[in-house]
Amino acid sequence: MDKTVKKLAIGLLVLVILCPLGLLAVGETFGEWSNEEMQEKLGFVPPGLESLSSLWSAPLPDYALPGSGDTMTMAAAAYILSAVIGVALCGGFLYLIGKKLARD
Amino acid sequence: MIPIWYYAGNKLGRELKSRQVPLLALAAAFSFVIMMFNVPIPGGSTGHAVGAAIIGIVLGPWAGVIAISVALVLQALMFGDGGITAIAANCFNMAVIMPFSGYYIYKFISGSAPLASSRRIIASAVAGYVSLALAATSTGIMFGIQPLLHKSAEGVPLYMPYGLNVTVPAMLLEHIFGFSILEAVITALIFVYIQKTDSSLLYGEKETALERKRKKGTTA
Repeated sequence: MDKTVKKLAIGLLVLVILCPLGLLAVGETFGEWSNEEMQEKLGFVPPGLESLSSLWSAPLPDYALPGSGDTMTMAAAAYILSAVIGVALCGGFLYLIGKKLARD
Repeated sequence: MIPIWYYAGNKLGRELKSRQVPLLALAAAFSFVIMMFNVPIPGGSTGHAVGAAIIGIVLGPWAGVIAISVALVLQALMFGDGGITAIAANCFNMAVIMPFSGYYIYKFISGSAPLASSRRIIASAVAGYVSLALAATSTGIMFGIQPLLHKSAEGVPLYMPYGLNVTVPAMLLEHIFGFSILEAVITALIFVYIQKTDSSLLYGEKETALERKRKKGTTA
């Protein structure tokens, strides 16, 4: 592997370790409100959203382990775990695809 | 999005060099992680950078489409982030608009400036900034037309309750004064690093024979 790529990978590792910093931000992204937040803001949940919300349940919703309590340590650990899973799956998938496609 | 992905896959099959494969894997992983860094802004909202401009600049816009789409799809399926019904919209805004606008803005400002020039650093920063602002605007428009397109017979909005007059300014302002600045900094930092260490990694650029010779001379 190129030396530069290796160094960039190390940089990514540092980002993974630091990623729980992203948990410190309070508030929800514009347009990504939960049904509860919509209820609070508007007094109703838009009916289309309500019926779509059961379409899919993610295994690790909101980058947290379901039912693990909500201490900051657990949340941070789950967040790092999510990042590791994300890196492994994204990186692994594209590595395989890339190997298949690349020609020299 | 499906035809775009199909075309991007074909394009990648023709362009991708095996040397770029680790970088491509890294790009998707990087985009995934950088989107986990939620940044608060005044007003109680949060958002994030995408890292798409730098991926477009380094690996080319079509590789960017694939790498960022993979990150976005995984977010939706595995972590319920973004949501599966929004995958196509999210991919269009972040995985198509961003790497393409980023790459061409970078190219346009760079002109024929030498690879090592600081003009290219500025070009990368502007590319990061503008590409995210464009994506945010497009997202704002997609949000804002929802109440026009989808409402019940009584006029109750089915999905997005706010119209264009709210969504476009909200998305645009929080990006041009917040997240786009972050995107610009990230883009420029990674660009400088690659520029200084191995500029032959950059999309469409080949190390000139002269540069190679000079490098050999310094390491020998």
